[in-house]
Amino acid sequence: MPPPDLAAPDPVRAARARHWRRTLRLTAALLLAWFVVGFVVTWFARELDFPFLGWPFSFWVAAQGGVVVFVVLIAVYARRMARADRRLADEARPGDEVPRR
Amino acid sequence: MTLRTRTFAPARSRFAPLRGPDFSRRLHWIYLAFGLAFLAFVGAMALLEHLGLPRSWIGFLFLVGPIVFYAGIGILSRTTDPAEYYVAGRRVPALYNGMATGADWMSAASFIGMAGTLYLSGYGGLAYILGWTGGFCLVALLIAPFLRKFGQYTIPDFLAARYDGNLVRVIAVVAAIACSFLYVVAQIYGVGLITSRITGVAFEVGVFLGLGGILVCSFLGGMRAVTWTQVAQYIVLLVAYLVPVAWLSIKQHASPVPQATYGYQLQKVIASEKRLQADPAERRVIAVFQARADAYDARLADIASALAAERSVATRRVAELKAANAPQGDIQAAERELARVPRDADAARDEWTRERDADRERAQPLAGMPPHAQQFAGDPHGDPAARRAFDESRRNFIALVFCLMVGTASLPHVLTRFYTTPSVAEARASVGWSLLFIVLLYLTAPALAVLVKVEVFDALVGTRFDQLPAWINNWSRVDPSLLQVSDVNGDGILQLGEIRIGGDIVVLATPEIAGLPYVISGLVAAGGLAAALSTADGLLLTIANALSHDLWFRIVDPKAPPTKRVTVSKVLLLMVALAAAYVTAQKPGDILLLVSWAFSIAASAFFPALVMGVFWKRANRWGAAAGMVGGLGLTLYYALVNQPGVREAFGVTSPVQLWWGIQPIAAGLFGVPFGFALLIVVSLLTPRPSKAARDMVDEVRLP
Repeated sequence: MPPPDLAAPDPVRAARARHWRRTLRLTAALLLAWFVVGFVVTWFARELDFPFLGWPFSFWVAAQGGVVVFVVLIAVYARRMARADRRLADEARPGDEVPRR
Repeated sequence: MTLRTRTFAPARSRFAPLRGPDFSRRLHWIYLAFGLAFLAFVGAMALLEHLGLPRSWIGFLFLVGPIVFYAGIGILSRTTDPAEYYVAGRRVPALYNGMATGADWMSAASFIGMAGTLYLSGYGGLAYILGWTGGFCLVALLIAPFLRKFGQYTIPDFLAARYDGNLVRVIAVVAAIACSFLYVVAQIYGVGLITSRITGVAFEVGVFLGLGGILVCSFLGGMRAVTWTQVAQYIVLLVAYLVPVAWLSIKQHASPVPQATYGYQLQKVIASEKRLQADPAERRVIAVFQARADAYDARLADIASALAAERSVATRRVAELKAANAPQGDIQAAERELARVPRDADAARDEWTRERDADRERAQPLAGMPPHAQQFAGDPHGDPAARRAFDESRRNFIALVFCLMVGTASLPHVLTRFYTTPSVAEARASVGWSLLFIVLLYLTAPALAVLVKVEVFDALVGTRFDQLPAWINNWSRVDPSLLQVSDVNGDGILQLGEIRIGGDIVVLATPEIAGLPYVISGLVAAGGLAAALSTADGLLLTIANALSHDLWFRIVDPKAPPTKRVTVSKVLLLMVALAAAYVTAQKPGDILLLVSWAFSIAASAFFPALVMGVFWKRANRWGAAAGMVGGLGLTLYYALVNQPGVREAFGVTSPVQLWWGIQPIAAGLFGVPFGFALLIVVSLLTPRPSKAARDMVDEVRLP
């Protein structure tokens, strides 16, 4: 692996730092959603027992709803990160010496 | 042929292998053709069955046919190029890596075990659904893209580069082998079970037959062969899972998509549960079991005299029969009875305690199964015992979900799959595809459990013993631990309490329960086999690569030429496979339990080091080493002290000490946070990591 170009010009480094901060924010937001669906709803499963499309709600979340939310979270992450990557490529363009792999 | 583009090419090929959209288009055609060929194969089998081909032949063909397919792919993908052997040339498109990961991930435990667990434990089993899907969020967000950016070959590679050297590499190798070996034993067990059921050979023979099927896929072509067989295996296992369930569902409530409609069947189960709990015949069965348990209790109170009495009764019976010149068969039966009397007081105590516990377990309402939709045991508004039961059950559910999620994000054989995509963006997308393909099956398993329950509660229970459906006899012959019925209360009618069912049977017997032609049973067996083979392949490859790439090449002989590295890998693969088959032939028990253990081990060994390696630059080798060893150590300690079976194996006699009532299966709940804490504290107490390691963090964070 080539070493990262730490001598990259400041605007490029700043763009990279912004990209990483965006990654962190997105990751934190999606992990929060993941936590709520996976653990908070589950913790209150007994209370969330109302009927929902024929299932008790918390049973439905554990068997279907939560699972579908997980797929959606990953899809959102992949799309938003692809957009962030393009943004980074745009912002970092002035310095042509940016190593692209 | 696409798959052999680089077969005979030197390590640095002048001929660029196909990549990108062209490659994808080609794969679409290949696998479309494969899917159609497979359907044609199933159709041909159905026709042959109709024409009167015996069942044993159909079963055999279903076993051999797909394996020949896989072997063909394996042989076409043979390679000696390390990049091809270890990471399939890094040109697996996201969609296909998703399918391969789906097959890699879904093991015998998902295919065979999960619906059974859901059948037996209702809501409690949903921990597996939630945990095994939610874990992919962690893979996508915290691990896969960074691993792909790093772009080497194994998980120990990543950890060694990030944590400056071979200390962490060796720890990672040991942990990777430990969890993968446990897991692969469970897979080969599943293979043996299916093979012996379909062909009627002994379990041990089935294990070694299945091993042949595993090796043809991975031996010649490593990751490249495994990837392309796994895609095919995914198609087989998905078809095999969905077809019988859809069929059963159409027959039962005229809906071809039970995933969307089984809520109404669940209501039916809930109503039947109320009826069965109040049924006087069920209560009589329970009373019989309770009486048996009490009788064992009485014997256990005074073992010496009870044992003497039992022996004298049995001896007298033999003598009487002999004196009366009874038929030889009767005398032999009585002698066998005498031989079964426990040898001494210790043996008697063990045996009677076991029998008593088994009887007690069956002296429960609904044959010991909790009401299907009831979240957690106990009652938050009941007496203190019920409140405690509720709290512990809820805590254990959450703990298990946590361990399965974190374990998913730490299992080396799954994570290595994300090295094989062409780019970071495709790695991210491929986690999404993986989960989508997995979810197709995971949404179906809870539906299947409910449908089978409707069938058992409403159709089977209440049948006269002389009119039981044929599948009951078939399966109780194969393995009494899977299914056993006996007329306990002597009324000639089957009660729920008189059925003893092992979870694995739910999927394997579904076609027969639904009254489908035998060809569908063959299809299910082929699917189960595909699930077990694909996972076993991924695991064996991981173990062999940890040994050959990480230990031998990286530490012992770094100057080895590429071809030699691959050869060593292949030899080790063979040895590991034989060792795993040998262990499996000793029948080490419950598939799902073995697998769950692998999760806790992987979670506590890898997760903190992997995540902190990317998200915390200050983490260093001493912290990582301490965190991995400490986390793993705590998990193993908790298991050793508390897990029945493990306790006996290591002669642990100290009392069981559960922390907050957490079952040992979720030991990772303690191991993971402890690993994080150690990693942070020790890192802060020791010098910061090298510049190379810090640069690597910067590098992997970039897309």
